Amino acid sequence: MISVPTNHALILAAVIFLIGAVGVTARRNLIFVLMSVEIMLNATAIAFIAAASKWHQPDGQVFVIFILVTASAEVAVGLTLFLRIYHGWKNLDADEVSLMKG
Amino acid sequence: MNWYFYASGIVAVIAALMVVTRANAMHALLYLVTLFLAIASVFWTLGAPFLAALQIIIYAGAIMVLFVFVIMMLNIPNEAQRERTWLRSLIWVLPAFLVLILLIQFVVAVGTKGAPAGAVIASKAVGRSLFTEYVIGVELASLLLLAALIAAFHFGVLPERLETSDD
Repeated sequence: MISVPTNHALILAAVIFLIGAVGVTARRNLIFVLMSVEIMLNATAIAFIAAASKWHQPDGQVFVIFILVTASAEVAVGLTLFLRIYHGWKNLDADEVSLMKG
Repeated sequence: MNWYFYASGIVAVIAALMVVTRANAMHALLYLVTLFLAIASVFWTLGAPFLAALQIIIYAGAIMVLFVFVIMMLNIPNEAQRERTWLRSLIWVLPAFLVLILLIQFVVAVGTKGAPAGAVIASKAVGRSLFTEYVIGVELASLLLLAALIAAFHFGVLPERLETSDD
């Protein structure tokens, strides 16, 4: 049985991260921006898992658990903020809501 | 077992591209679930079955439900008409096909007694590392979740409702 080369797993992570980064910069709807951030977080998780599998250490998987925690906290707060933004501005355009007032 | 990694990776890249290029948020969500499932099977191939299960439970379960709720709350008009057009528009065929590929791969891989490629890191080792070396990280994660809970609760209440509840 031949294991997956770490290079290939890292290339996969880089490709998915790049797609997510393009999504963050190109999309203006805030829901899509949040989805692209999720894609980027998943790509970094693949890189951590690949490193854990290369060195046979559990540390990489521990960090993926922390990524999961961060992502869930981020999504909860982000989506609540989007609900508030939608209530105030009636849309979710990132350019429309670029002006803030306290 | 290598082919399983590459097939899941291709499904993941296709799903990620479709998420970024969709115009409708609900259509993008279908591909986002597919992406999370594909990444879970990538984890499984790389010798992390525990993380694959966590990925499905937390991402494809909890986080997707949050997304679906918020998107449904943001546009409610004409529920029945929209349901009808969605069932007719066949937008679900490609995500279902991609998930079917993942399922067939998984069944074939398990059926042929193919363990994940490379060495499997047992969940026992992960748990031991988590609660000995990284126990401070666990504490910080619990603080972060508590802070996120309070923040979500605070922002979730609309200001006018907050004023009326004061008296």
